[in-house]
Amino acid sequence: MEKTLNNKAWFFVLPVLLLVAFSAVVPLMTVVNYSVQDSFGNNQFFWYGADWFREVLTSERFHDALIRNLIFSAIILAIEVPLGILVALAMPKKGIFVPVCLVLMALPLLIPWNVVGTIWQVFARTDIGLLGYTIDALGIDYNYVRYPLDAWVTVIVMDVWHWTSLVVLLCYAGLVSIPDAYYQAAKIDGASRWAVFRYIQLPKMGRVLLIAVLLRFMDSFMIYTEPFVVTGGGPGNSTTFLSIDLVKLAIGQFNLGEAAAMSLIYFLIVLLLSWVFYTVMTNAGTDKPLKGGAE
Amino acid sequence: MARIRLDHIRHAYSPELAKAGNYALREVDTAFEDGGAYALLGPSGCGKTTLLNIISGLLTPSDGHVRFDDRDVTMLTPEARNIAQVFQFPVIYDTMTVRENLAFPLKNRKVPKAEIATRVDDMLRRIGLAAKADRKARGLTADEKQKISLGRGLVRSDVAAILFDEPLTVIDPHMKWQLRSELKQLHREFQMTMVYVTHDQTEALTFADKVVVMYDGEVVQIGTPEELFERPQHTFVGYFIGSPGMNVLPCRLEGGEALVSGERIRLPAGLSPARSGRQIELGIRPEFVSLVPRGQGIPVTIEKVEDIGSEKIVRARLGEHRLSAIVGEDRPIPADADVAFSDGRLNLYADSWLVERA
Repeated sequence: MEKTLNNKAWFFVLPVLLLVAFSAVVPLMTVVNYSVQDSFGNNQFFWYGADWFREVLTSERFHDALIRNLIFSAIILAIEVPLGILVALAMPKKGIFVPVCLVLMALPLLIPWNVVGTIWQVFARTDIGLLGYTIDALGIDYNYVRYPLDAWVTVIVMDVWHWTSLVVLLCYAGLVSIPDAYYQAAKIDGASRWAVFRYIQLPKMGRVLLIAVLLRFMDSFMIYTEPFVVTGGGPGNSTTFLSIDLVKLAIGQFNLGEAAAMSLIYFLIVLLLSWVFYTVMTNAGTDKPLKGGAE
Repeated sequence: MARIRLDHIRHAYSPELAKAGNYALREVDTAFEDGGAYALLGPSGCGKTTLLNIISGLLTPSDGHVRFDDRDVTMLTPEARNIAQVFQFPVIYDTMTVRENLAFPLKNRKVPKAEIATRVDDMLRRIGLAAKADRKARGLTADEKQKISLGRGLVRSDVAAILFDEPLTVIDPHMKWQLRSELKQLHREFQMTMVYVTHDQTEALTFADKVVVMYDGEVVQIGTPEELFERPQHTFVGYFIGSPGMNVLPCRLEGGEALVSGERIRLPAGLSPARSGRQIELGIRPEFVSLVPRGQGIPVTIEKVEDIGSEKIVRARLGEHRLSAIVGEDRPIPADADVAFSDGRLNLYADSWLVERA
C-alpha cells in the first residue's frame, strides 16, 4: 500500500509533543544539565564533565544503598508474588463474598503512602504501639529504632501489608477469566491440584503476573515515603535506600551535581532491570527455535 | 468401552427448583449401546448439555442412576468413570507441546514412560499432528487444538466413552466437514461409544448412527436419521429436523377423513387415535407435498416461492394454516394450484405425539 505523506500530521502531534516535553523531557534534561556541572552559591556553575558519574559509581555509600535496595526488592517480590497468588487462589470465585473480599483487598491500596508509614510507625512502637508493645511483652527484644534487623522486618511487613493486595487483585482477575471447561478437562485428565495450578492457572495468569512483578519491582526499588516516615533511613544507614540517600544528597547536602548524576544512574538501573524482567518473562513460554523448522 | 444406561434420570439445578417442579432434565430413561455413535440434538436450553455432564460426572443427577455396563457410576468423579470429553472451546495446556498435551492424561495415571511414548506417537499419527508434535500447542489453529483435546481422550485406550459438547462451534466452516469426517473415521477405528451434543441437525445426522432428539428436558425420539425424517415421533422432531420442517396442520377427524380448514383429506387405513378429544394434528413433510392442477387436489393459495438453487420451496396457505412444499427446480409453478400428499407419508399426531398405525 502506498503511504500518504502529509506534513500536516506533525501539527496534530504537536500538543502531545509539548506536553511530554514539559512533563518529562525538560525536567530530565535539567537533571542531565546539573549532572555535568558543579554548583556553588549565587548560581555559579562550573563544568565538571563525567566526574560526578565516576564519583557516584565508585562511592561506597552508593554501592551500599544499591545493594540494600536490591535485597529489599528481592525480598518484597519473593514474599508478595507467591503470597498474592495464594490469596487470589483462596478467594471465592462467586457468591456474596466476592465483593466483600475485593473491597477488603483494595483498602490498603487506597491509603496514601505517608499515612501507611505513620500508621506503622505508631503501630510498631514499643511504648504505645499495639504491635511493638505486644511483641515486647512476649519477651522478644524488639525495637525498630535500635536494631537494623527489626527496622528491616518492620519496613518489609509494612510493604507486604500495603501492596500484596495489588498482586492479589491482578492474579484474581487472571484466575476468574479461565473458562470452567479447563478445570473440567483437567479433572477428566486426572490432573492433580498442583498440575492444575502449574499447567492451567499459572500460564493463564502469566500476563497479569508479569504486570504485577514489574509494578512491584519498580515500586519497591523506588520506595521512599514509608521507610522515611518509619525509620528515616536508620538505625545508622541500615534502611537508607537509594531514594532516601538521593534526597539526603540533593536536599540535605545540596550537592546538586552528584545528586543529578545519581538520579540518572538510578533511573537507568530501574529501566534496565524492568526491561530484563519483561524480556525474560515474555520469552519464558514461547517456542524455542527448531532446527530447520519454519514458524 | 461401555454401554451407558441412563436409569430414570432427572435433574434440577437446585433443591428449590426441584421442589417447584422446575427440572432442567425432566426424565430420561434410555441406554447408549457400546460402540455406538450418538448425537444429542435439540435447541438451546433443552437439557442436552446437562445430560452430557451427567454422563461425564461433572454433574450428579437429582434422581436416577447412571450405569456403565453393570457398574453404577452415579456418584463417581469424571476421572473415576474413565470418560473423555471434548468441549465447545478447545481446551489445551498452553505451555506444553502437542506431545506433552497428549501424554498428560497418561502421566497423571502413572502409565510407564515407554508405553506413554508409543501410545502418544501412535495417536499423533492418527490425528495427523505428527509433524507438529514438538510445537507449543498454543500456536496451533482451532481445529488442530480440538484434535489435541480429542487425542487426549483417545490416547487412554480404555476410556468408557468419549463425549463431545458442540465441538465444532469455533471451527471454520470449511474445516467443519473435514473434522467431522475425521471424527467419523476415528470412531470407526476405535469403536468407542461416542456421544455428541449439537444443535446443528446436519452435524447430528452426518455424525451419528442414532440421533437422540431432546426437547424441553425430555428425549422425544431416538432413531436413525432416516427414522427421524420419515416417522417423527413428535411434532417437534418433524419441525426441528428437515429444512423446511414438517408441515403440521391442526385438524378434526370424521370417519376415515381429516378436516383441515374445511378441506377433507383421506387418511391411510388403520390410522385413528385411540382416544378422542385430544388435540389432533396432521404432519406431512414438504418433500412429500406436490403441486397438481386446480381441481385435482386440495386447494391452496401460493404466497411465495423461494428458489434455493437445487429446488424451489413453495410457501402456501391452506385455509388459515401455512404449508410448505418442495418442488423440483425445472417444474413450472402455476398461479393457481392444488396440493396432493404422497401416499403413506401422512402422519397423525395426538397431543403432539405420533399415532401409530394399527
